[in-house]
Amino acid sequence: MDTALDPAAPTEAARRPWIRRFISKMPWTTRFCASWLIVVVGAAVFADLIPGLADPNYQGFLFGDGATNEGPSLTHFLGTDNNSRDILARIVYGARVSLAVALTAVFMGVVFGGFFGSLVGFVRGKTDSAVMAVVDVILAFPGLVLLLTVVTLLGRRDLVVIATVIGFLSIPPYTRVARANALSISRREFVTAARAIGTRKRTILFREVIPNVLPTLLAYAMVNAAVIILLEGALAFLGLSVEPPTSSWGTMVNASRVDLQINVWPAIWPSLALVFTVYSLNNVGDWLRRLRSVRSAAL
Amino acid sequence: MGSFIATRLVRLVATLLVVSFLTFLLVNLLPGDAINALIPIEAQQDQEYVAQVRAEWGLDDPMLVRYGKWLGDAVRGDLGDSIVTSRAVSSEIAHRIPVTGELMIVTVIFSVLLAVPLGVMSAYREGSRLDQIISGGAQFALSVPGFVAGLLFIYVFAMKLGWFPATGWTRISNSISGNLMTVTLPALSLSVIEVAVYTRVVRSDLVTTLKEDYILSARSKGLKDGFILFRHALRPSSLTLITVVGLNIGLLLGGTVVVEFLFALPGLGKRLLDAIFQRDFMMVQGITVFVAMVYVVVNTLVDFVYLVVDPRIRKAD
Amino acid sequence: MVDQAANSPLLKVDDLRTTFTIPAGDVKAVRGVSFSLDRGKTLGIVGESGSGKTVLARSVMRLNLGTNVTTTGTAVFEGTDVLTRSPAEMRQLWGTEMAMVFQDPMTSLNPLVRVQRQVTEHLCRHLNLNRSEARQAAVDLLREVRIPDPETRLRSFPHELSGGMRQRVCIAVALACAPSLLFADEPTTALDVTVQHQILNLLSREQADREMAMVLVTHDLGVVAGRTDDTMVMYAGTVVEHAPTASLFADMRHPYSEALMRSIPRTSFPSHTRLAAITGRPPDLIDPPTGCDFSPRCPYVQDQCVNEEPPLVETDDPTHRLACWTPVGSPEARVAFEKNLAAGLRQAVAVDLSTTRSPAGGVDG
Repeated sequence: MDTALDPAAPTEAARRPWIRRFISKMPWTTRFCASWLIVVVGAAVFADLIPGLADPNYQGFLFGDGATNEGPSLTHFLGTDNNSRDILARIVYGARVSLAVALTAVFMGVVFGGFFGSLVGFVRGKTDSAVMAVVDVILAFPGLVLLLTVVTLLGRRDLVVIATVIGFLSIPPYTRVARANALSISRREFVTAARAIGTRKRTILFREVIPNVLPTLLAYAMVNAAVIILLEGALAFLGLSVEPPTSSWGTMVNASRVDLQINVWPAIWPSLALVFTVYSLNNVGDWLRRLRSVRSAAL
Repeated sequence: MGSFIATRLVRLVATLLVVSFLTFLLVNLLPGDAINALIPIEAQQDQEYVAQVRAEWGLDDPMLVRYGKWLGDAVRGDLGDSIVTSRAVSSEIAHRIPVTGELMIVTVIFSVLLAVPLGVMSAYREGSRLDQIISGGAQFALSVPGFVAGLLFIYVFAMKLGWFPATGWTRISNSISGNLMTVTLPALSLSVIEVAVYTRVVRSDLVTTLKEDYILSARSKGLKDGFILFRHALRPSSLTLITVVGLNIGLLLGGTVVVEFLFALPGLGKRLLDAIFQRDFMMVQGITVFVAMVYVVVNTLVDFVYLVVDPRIRKAD
Repeated sequence: MVDQAANSPLLKVDDLRTTFTIPAGDVKAVRGVSFSLDRGKTLGIVGESGSGKTVLARSVMRLNLGTNVTTTGTAVFEGTDVLTRSPAEMRQLWGTEMAMVFQDPMTSLNPLVRVQRQVTEHLCRHLNLNRSEARQAAVDLLREVRIPDPETRLRSFPHELSGGMRQRVCIAVALACAPSLLFADEPTTALDVTVQHQILNLLSREQADREMAMVLVTHDLGVVAGRTDDTMVMYAGTVVEHAPTASLFADMRHPYSEALMRSIPRTSFPSHTRLAAITGRPPDLIDPPTGCDFSPRCPYVQDQCVNEEPPLVETDDPTHRLACWTPVGSPEARVAFEKNLAAGLRQAVAVDLSTTRSPAGGVDG
């Protein structure tokens, strides 16, 4: 066993702050991925404050300032696209769309899915059957097809609508995960013990069940966020995510197809950003899950 | 066993009913009244004409009545007519199935053929350099969406090397070799994620199976490792793989929409997209219901396959 | 060559050590075990879980899987050291020369494969039988292990058989190619008490009929009593006592053997007799204690036990090997026990409570 976990033996490692111990356990790929995620989130949040970052919608060639499909230069680090817009700036602002959608989906999934799932897994009976029937029906639709149908029929496509629809559709899988966990937790001794001393059901749900479901749900959220970003990418690639000129990674890849023969870079940069972000989420998520399963095995 | 099949069939029918009703509700309740798609906004000044069209399409009936009518027709294979081309939705779907169907079948076959050996090698040498490379590669491939892979393949194999056409589709009835040329790149693009998913499933399942006592017992009988792997270990894992292939049909159906769009293939997904852009609600509704049905039916079939392969379930029910 | 093979023991294990490397360190599961086994003889290996008896059996058979296992020493079987054999050579030995019956028949048969194939697949490989010959051989085998209606049973899946039947199938699988050495690793632990005797009797009968050598691994001294020629008691990866079974039961010398003996429940005990579980836990195999491994749990412990590791040596009886400074029944043990009891040492008090007589007098069988 790891001596750092042994309270009787405070070692050098145990005295270091927990965050550094946490990081020291990461393999180098995971460290790299976590750093990349921090960079992406930071860039998306502080995009307006980054010094020297171009306006993502400024089309230089219209004003005789720069050309389309430029290569990398000091003014445009990653070059310009076929509308002579700065690719780096569009990637940074595009990260906002991906992250906003992913965060909304995770938030709605964890809050609503987590609550419904924990509730029905805990009380079981008719409520359980009813809620899970609805969940099963929604999951009976292939994700992207359902999403396409809903987004089109809504008619309006701004960030709020896209994020809400994707968020709504991600509630069912979270409900399923939360329910499965709540079911097994409700059979554990500490829940039985709480029942035996006459604790109210609502208190047990919020004090015992939900806090124990949450960690699993958050590990799932990491991997789910990756799926959501891919989904938004596909939607944007089909031209059905947020409306132009707002940039999104999928939209950028789609727009690059026209001049692919001439200039491949406008396709490569957003693709790389998308692939590495998704990979990082998967990698860190997998690592967290492994860590958790090692811990629960040790208990 | 009989009751097992009966329960599954009842559940299948119930799910199909709910799914079709939900789609119907979705298409009819959401903003963007169908009348806007039927009559140009400018022509809607003519109240009498509007009323006539509404009656003709049955838009004034109560929701349930309209659903009942639509369902009655749908059961007989009539999903209504496209409001853009006036052709029957069902015949348009039938015309497009071969393309999407072939694409999916080729993808699944190719992915399974590649993923099983990879997963087996990875699990057999768990923790080795080879395992690390395969597992790491699978984790990476899982992050490459179909449109990125597709665009890369178009750039390299169609534009630079010129081995395959970049877009278009040749029907198998016209030319088998031409058909193979047009299906290769789209199927490869879809396979990237599928191979990753299947490899991970086969690996993690096999790693658990290889720790079972009956594997040790098979070794102690002096059987060759290859024989043990494929005759003893892979069999239980193949059950998991079948389930995952079934569950992944949903992901794959979504993937075909993107890939058919990218490669301009005349498949179901491309037709759905066109219908979406034309606001052809009859077509959208028809295709969505059809796709959802395929998904539900495939997953029920997976349950039945399970029943045939795993003797324990056959006994239990 | 033939003569030499006939005179030398079938299996001679010398200073065998098996270590598992895990992140927390090296787990020394087997730490220098030596013994030999003649043709047609039987050996019982007894010890509680974690004593290394299963790992020892698997090491001799080279069945420990994984890249983190290292085995050193020698295990000479039929004149050659199995530890230096290639995997392909081992496969030739497995089944035909050495076979194993596993603890849990629920898990050691593949749930998705019919009994027939599991019984015959290695027959086909080792003896080159065709399908109908293999089938006939399988029917004969099942009949031999007393499975009623063998033709029908061959078509069954394992889950359709009872636990006892399954273990009979496992025995049939192990006997199929007529091995000269059979390892039975806790063959009855997972079975109902009523079935245990049947299975043990079946094993004994097969062993005698086939003049096959057998290693019976168990945690229960009662299982080896009257069944094996020799008995070897293992503790924490080492042999603490090794003797012909009859003389071991007549003259039990090691405090651990004695403790194992006391932990067997007996119907002759008055009801509510306190069953003497052995106090304390087996030692940490990553960092074993100095001195005797059993000293922290031994009621006869004295200073020498804690400081010096007792070697495994022959006693006045050359067939009886023992590793102990204060053998049961010796004057030193009596003195040490009284001293420990007076000092209120936990393990001594526990022993005193569970026996009416002074345990230093030995267990009266």
